[in-house]
Amino acid sequence: MRTTDDIRSDAATPIGTVEITLTINGQSLRLAIQPWTTLLDLLREQLHLTGTKKGCDHGQCGACTVLIDGKRINTCLTLAVTRDGADIVTIEGWATPARCIRCSRPSWTTTPSSAAIARRARSARPQGLINEGHATTRDEVREAMSGNLCRCGAYTNIADAVMHVLEATR
Amino acid sequence: MNRFDYHRATTVQEAVHAGAQPHAMFLAGGTNLVDLMKENVARPAAVVDVNQLPMAAIEDLEDGGLRLGALVTNADTAYDGRIAQRYPVLASAILAGASAQLRNAATNGGNLNQRTRCYYFYDVATACNKRAPGSGCGAIGGVNRVNAILGASPACIATHPSDMCVALAALEATIRVTGPAGERVIAFEDYHRLPGDDPSRDNTLQPGELVTAIDLPKEGFASNHTYLKLRDRLSYAFALVSVAACLRLEGDVIADARIALGGVAAKPWRRKEAEAMLKGEPASHEQFLSAAGILLDGAVGQGANDFKIELARKAIVRGLRQASQATPQSQVDKRVA
Repeated sequence: MRTTDDIRSDAATPIGTVEITLTINGQSLRLAIQPWTTLLDLLREQLHLTGTKKGCDHGQCGACTVLIDGKRINTCLTLAVTRDGADIVTIEGWATPARCIRCSRPSWTTTPSSAAIARRARSARPQGLINEGHATTRDEVREAMSGNLCRCGAYTNIADAVMHVLEATR
Repeated sequence: MNRFDYHRATTVQEAVHAGAQPHAMFLAGGTNLVDLMKENVARPAAVVDVNQLPMAAIEDLEDGGLRLGALVTNADTAYDGRIAQRYPVLASAILAGASAQLRNAATNGGNLNQRTRCYYFYDVATACNKRAPGSGCGAIGGVNRVNAILGASPACIATHPSDMCVALAALEATIRVTGPAGERVIAFEDYHRLPGDDPSRDNTLQPGELVTAIDLPKEGFASNHTYLKLRDRLSYAFALVSVAACLRLEGDVIADARIALGGVAAKPWRRKEAEAMLKGEPASHEQFLSAAGILLDGAVGQGANDFKIELARKAIVRGLRQASQATPQSQVDKRVA
């Protein structure tokens, strides 16, 4: 995988681009981007952080969710230029081995699905849900996760996994 | 997505000036506009980014009301303690809409100005007078399950998609805007417009006018209210029919009433005659049914959405009952009590 240092060395400034600064996974990056670039395309195509997925590309599936200033945001509907100065955490920045064990693992092992997209989404999003602090009961977790569609329909076990993490962090 | 000139405004005046140029559009959270740009429904020549403007606070007003900055996100509005306590019907309506991710990005000003989700408006291969004036209306005689039953015209049967706006209509919020001619205040009922013969205009904003804030009056109906939303799935779907019902009770008698409907018209639907009729009457099933009759007077189905008329009638009665019994609809436990 390319590091963010590789990316920085690519940064020329073509005409019509706008310079912005983003902190991505703890690293401050000065980027020259075209204003119509979505944050999703910036992450995947320019920064090669492909853990963030392009599912529907219309804000309906939640596969492109990252944490911006700690909160869950759909990157497919976010023009990167509008988030100048933001602190962004993608799955690559969040998924330390310890966190994977804490959050991903329960849902992975209790879920018959091996869908990598859904699994990665499930591990970052509960962290945002916990940061936001508005869900404590199972019903609240289900409601707060309704913006994440899972093609395998593994919602029951996803809710179990999130409750597991919530209870462990209480 | 088309290419466009990008302006990041640092003052309201600068934004208004840039926004008044031909084919310029304001951009805040982007959850609707960016999607419309991807679908080629919106093709702005210039995008004016208003996210840096000082409109991101919720402030108490001297008259006991509350001012919601246009850039406060829907989530931060719904979870603000003052909203949850003093205007719970607004918090409930916001949380009934979209998903957590979208509410974290979508702003209050953007919520007002979001466009219809009529399938024909979104599909540039079809006729739509709102998107392409004069091209016709594909929804009339087409797939119109989600479309309007009230206030429609032969030109357009689209609905306004917002939940938040239904509660704002019931609360009689006012909209503060700044434009090339200065500031003005628009009563909520005068903000959105019915299609008539010009469905391309969703609201009464003039070119370059920017929503800066939404003011809530002091009366928040915090004791007796509900936001009842009926839709095709339990979460993350637009309303087929929704009801914001607010009552002020003196004993068993209704002292004041507000009822607004979502999902049925191009703007949140109110009939003040229905509210006036309830005043001084007991909070009873018969009175609620009469109010529903007034609200739905003149309702016309388009075929696939005929069911909305009866659904709305039942939702109004149920909503008024929830409000009168101080048992507001939960947006978590979806059981309709």
